[in-house]
Amino acid sequence: MKISTNLFATFLLLLSFSITQLHAAGEMKEPMHPDWSFEGPLGKFERASLQRGYQVYTEVCSGCHSMNLLSYRNLIEEGGPEFSEPQAKAMAAAFEVKAAPNADGEIEMRPAILSDKFVSPYENEQQGRAANGGAYPPDLSVMVKARHGGADYLYSLLLGYVDAPSDIKLDDGVYYNEYAKGQKIAMPQVLYEDAVVYTDGTTATPEQMARDVTMFLTWAAEPKLEARKRIGFKVISYLLILSVLLYFTNRQIWKDTH
Amino acid sequence: MSDNYVPKSAVGKWFNDRLPLLNLIYGHLLPYPTPKNLNYWWTFGGILTFCLVTQIITGLVLAMHYVADADLAFASVEHIMRDVNYGWLLRYIHSNGASLFFMAVYIHMARSIFYGSYKEPRELIWIIGVFIFLLMIATAFMGYVLPWGQMSFWGATVITNLFSAIPLVGESVTNWLWGGYAVGSPLLTRFFTLHYLMPFLIFALVILHVWALHVPGNNNPEGINVVQGSQDTVPFHPHYVVKDMFALVVFLIVFAGFVFFVPNLLGHTDNYIEANPLQTPEHIVPEWYFLPFYAILRAVPDKLGGVILMVSAIAILAFLPWLDTSKVRSAKYRPLYRQFVWLFFANVILLGYLGAQTADGLFLIIGRIATVYYFAHFIIILPLLGYIEKTKPLPKSLSEPVLSPEERQMKAAASGASA
Repeated sequence: MKISTNLFATFLLLLSFSITQLHAAGEMKEPMHPDWSFEGPLGKFERASLQRGYQVYTEVCSGCHSMNLLSYRNLIEEGGPEFSEPQAKAMAAAFEVKAAPNADGEIEMRPAILSDKFVSPYENEQQGRAANGGAYPPDLSVMVKARHGGADYLYSLLLGYVDAPSDIKLDDGVYYNEYAKGQKIAMPQVLYEDAVVYTDGTTATPEQMARDVTMFLTWAAEPKLEARKRIGFKVISYLLILSVLLYFTNRQIWKDTH
Repeated sequence: MSDNYVPKSAVGKWFNDRLPLLNLIYGHLLPYPTPKNLNYWWTFGGILTFCLVTQIITGLVLAMHYVADADLAFASVEHIMRDVNYGWLLRYIHSNGASLFFMAVYIHMARSIFYGSYKEPRELIWIIGVFIFLLMIATAFMGYVLPWGQMSFWGATVITNLFSAIPLVGESVTNWLWGGYAVGSPLLTRFFTLHYLMPFLIFALVILHVWALHVPGNNNPEGINVVQGSQDTVPFHPHYVVKDMFALVVFLIVFAGFVFFVPNLLGHTDNYIEANPLQTPEHIVPEWYFLPFYAILRAVPDKLGGVILMVSAIAILAFLPWLDTSKVRSAKYRPLYRQFVWLFFANVILLGYLGAQTADGLFLIIGRIATVYYFAHFIIILPLLGYIEKTKPLPKSLSEPVLSPEERQMKAAASGASA
């Protein structure tokens, strides 16, 4: 038994070692890891950061990227940016959507309301491609969950634009980014100093904006994160107590069986 | 064992006289004599039943909100995550539940393999189990297709394409499966239908599995026969009901850890990208629980050969009771088998690791060796071990552990002195 389990343990050790080796040989730079408030078993979003993130998304990202799965009503929901209802209504009204056909069968534009989905920058994918040199800017609704590395990766990517080494030739519409796969990406750098003027007076450094918008995108991808962690904490506490009770009950029942 | 139940209430008696359902449940759950030495590896039967019921209940509610259409499926899953009350919880329980279901079933199978539970007279219990495993694989695979992400789509494409390896009729069979000339809505709809049906077939097989188990009774870590109702057994209730509940709650803590704190750890990020038939993901990998079989599939350069080998890797399990020629069940009393069984487990884990890598270079070579070893374990090692292995002496009963000759002499002297 002893020999075989040792053999097994050695084998697992070798396996884990080879896995680490392989990951180290990856072609992408390891993303930065800022201190996220939503990490950890009791993590929460920073409300102010989510609100600023929404501003960065609307003023910078939404020019090219849609967020089809979100509605303006989500902005007032618990666990999100928690804008007030009048604020969110005003935010929605800044966009126009197609109204239902009128009595003459014509479709007019109307201001968006809370129940409308986030308005997309393009009518369709083809229009998006045409406007971006053939590369379609992907929808950002679940982007944080759709990329390996999640929030860390997106944050790093937004800040990863550096001058390309002289031996690398970039085609038109391709940019150099340390954190992108193969260091090439079709999205240009967007976060420059003061790219937005924060309504709450925060200084808009690229790091600040990247942090805020990534926080916002993390919420967008996982809007029930706070409730999930809160409930999870209660569930596991309950189960731990129950397991202790059952452990002693079990011992009591078996004490006369030898 | 099931005839001695008398309902206390008049209604119960009236009912039981006409349909002895209570007799049946009573006999199988309450006094059912169980070996007293079952360890915690034996608690996974109950855990698996819990997993199945959980999948069925959460799946039922998810199906009320899910739309099986290629254009709507991805958004409908996100609708569940965002707009359905506790939809995120239901979906995370269901998706992580599948993974934990497989974790539990692999432990359950490993336990059976280690302690020789598949041997005479329990062959049929094992074979029904293999069929349950097969249905689980089909159900989980189809379930993974339903969210219609990139891995869903391309996984379905790779696996359904395997049928095109069938000589002569392969292409027709594949088109028939697809309901068209490519993976799309018709396939998604039929996968949804079958994914909904199969758990109930599994449930029926589970009933047969337990029924067949309760004929000879449980195997045990010593692997010896116990006389039902002797001092080697204890009633199932409360001894094993409470023990199983304790184990289940510990299992649930792990389960909850996944669901509430790392719900996407076991999934692939690409499946949060909506299916796109025009863009193949860089690596198409199945869920972790299929990786060993995926490695076997890719170990063979020929498509048909790979498919045959992968199917054989599962089918060969059904023949295990006859491939293992040793009469001794438990690995505790089989010094050689005990080494080989650990090697076998390690080899399966190695295959699982290789299934997640690209199939080229060194990985491919190791994959081929591991595949050959997988089959050699069943076809060469197990049949031979029965003949060459010198097994340790078995205890006569659970209450009477095996004695060395000196101990036996001492015991005889002691009993002589007292007499």
